[in-house]
Amino acid sequence: MSQVAVKKETAKPLLSVNNVEVVYDEVIQVLRGVSLDVPEGEIVTLLGPNGAGKSTTLKAISGLLKTEKGEVTRGDITFMGERIDRKNAEDVVRSGMFQVMEGRRIIEDMTSLENLKLGAYTRNDKHINQDIEMVYNYFPRLKERTGLAGYLSGGEQQMLAIGRALMARPKMICLDEPSMGLSPLLVKEVFEIIGKINRDQGITMLLVEQNANYAIKAADYGYIMESGKIVLDGTKEQLLSNEDVKEFYLGGGNEERKSFKNLKSYKRRKRWL
Amino acid sequence: MNFELLIQLIINGLIVGLLYGVVAMCFVLVYKSTQVVNFAQGEFLLIGAWVCWAFLIYAELPFIVGFFLTLFFMAGFGVLLQMIVLRPMIGEPIISVIMITIGLSMFFQSLMKWIFGVDPQSYPQVFETQSFEIYGLNVEVAYLMSTGIALLIMVAFFLFFKYSKHGLAMRATAFDQQVAQSLGISVKSVFAMSWGIAATVSATAGIVIGLVNGVSDSLSVMGIKVFPAVILGGLDSIIGAIVGGLIIGVLENVAEFFDSQYFHIGNMYDIAPFYVLLIILWFKPYGLFGTKDIERI
Ligand SMILES: Nc1ncnc2c1ncn2[C@@H]1O[C@H](COP(=O)(O)OP(=O)(O)O)[C@@H](O)[C@H]1O
Ligand SMILES: [Mg+2]
Repeated sequence: MSQVAVKKETAKPLLSVNNVEVVYDEVIQVLRGVSLDVPEGEIVTLLGPNGAGKSTTLKAISGLLKTEKGEVTRGDITFMGERIDRKNAEDVVRSGMFQVMEGRRIIEDMTSLENLKLGAYTRNDKHINQDIEMVYNYFPRLKERTGLAGYLSGGEQQMLAIGRALMARPKMICLDEPSMGLSPLLVKEVFEIIGKINRDQGITMLLVEQNANYAIKAADYGYIMESGKIVLDGTKEQLLSNEDVKEFYLGGGNEERKSFKNLKSYKRRKRWL
Repeated sequence: MNFELLIQLIINGLIVGLLYGVVAMCFVLVYKSTQVVNFAQGEFLLIGAWVCWAFLIYAELPFIVGFFLTLFFMAGFGVLLQMIVLRPMIGEPIISVIMITIGLSMFFQSLMKWIFGVDPQSYPQVFETQSFEIYGLNVEVAYLMSTGIALLIMVAFFLFFKYSKHGLAMRATAFDQQVAQSLGISVKSVFAMSWGIAATVSATAGIVIGLVNGVSDSLSVMGIKVFPAVILGGLDSIIGAIVGGLIIGVLENVAEFFDSQYFHIGNMYDIAPFYVLLIILWFKPYGLFGTKDIERI
């Protein structure tokens, strides 16, 4: 861990989102100047309530906005020193960035093995079978379930979605709400595996979550997003000890002040100025 | 009742049915991966058969060479057709896309007439022997080849979609285009590829029929024959397309048999499949193997 932290000080971040605005259908503005950095080898979490624009941020990164008539109208996104905000989704995947979309989105009328093979679609090397074994090592249950992936349980589907991402051998994975709809026990398991993959494989992760408790603990750094803006950011320790975060995201707190917007003590940060 | 004739007709029906199945598979492939109802499917057979005929007659190439050249040509033709004509139509209403494919069908029929004339033409003699005997049964070489090729294509389809990277990518695209893109699959090339495959495989069927019956306008009728087959099987099922093709093939022959022996209504060969289609759709609106809601046109 400490090694990574040293690296962070010196190196440029692997992914850098700068002042990005996103508009859907040419009129609906969803992101209003989002900036965030993900240093190499770290887990960064992006938290926020439903509708804040977390998934939109990930789709802007992975080039999937176009499939939903969305567009980055301002700002830029750099990955490994290269602009990716104008690239299409295939090229972003080929550049080493893989997104596990919200709701897992496995291909239900295929087997788990076929889903895994598809994860390796952009690869041409000979080590694909080896990597399938590696995925089975992380998720032994997937090996036993040979039927159609549509019949897997929610937890197994999430594991398959993460395994499929590993098959691409990406430098970075964006995970959109991996704990959604899972039982507390499974949430714990999934987060443990995410941490393990990050440590073993050195894969950088951007972890979008509503489940702030687990996400902050799993992450090195976190951002909190509301209504299309980043309203707070900090290291794991800063976030865990922050009174407002405790109040709104980690349980407890009163009902009226559900949002940072209603909080006088919060000063707007303009990170890009 | 003439059982021998009936059995002969049923076998004929199965042989032709396999070819219907092959063409129906192409139709389903295009529909599943690009959501286009291709009314110009029959013209792929027609164009393929004419192009191969031209290679054999004008260029005087050996059959095998002309055959494979035709396949290459048709692969490129299918891909270009998708890229130039159909790609700009992505996202347009289904009815507009259907109008386009109907237009393509008419255009290519006329184009073939313009280039090759209106008279049917026969292929040069490809096989040295026409038929041979096994256990007293008379087997026509052409039919044997037709069956062999049809089965080969079906097996190839199965292996392609089950094991090859591109086959899996096509299935993923058919399932969910956004997910496919998130995996790094280029939906554009999948679309082009599926039209290329459909054109190539249909052309093979066209050439096989051309070898037996000669090349004529009637080849594009296969495009219409295939409708009862695919709708019977369910528009989105490849297995359904094969079963549908076999049913239609046998049905038209059996209907012809009973009509010529007993009813004497005439024209049953062409009409019967559509009657059966109506009856089956009455009970199973999505076809025998279909799953998804299909917009009724
Ligand atoms: N394809 C789309 N077209 C129009 N509006 C959208 C689209 N996707 C999301 N939105 C809107 O953008 C806002 C943010 O959505 P999203 O990024 O999914 O939020 P989150 O992931 O934080 O829940 C929501 O108000 C949502 O309604
Ligand atoms: Mg979301």
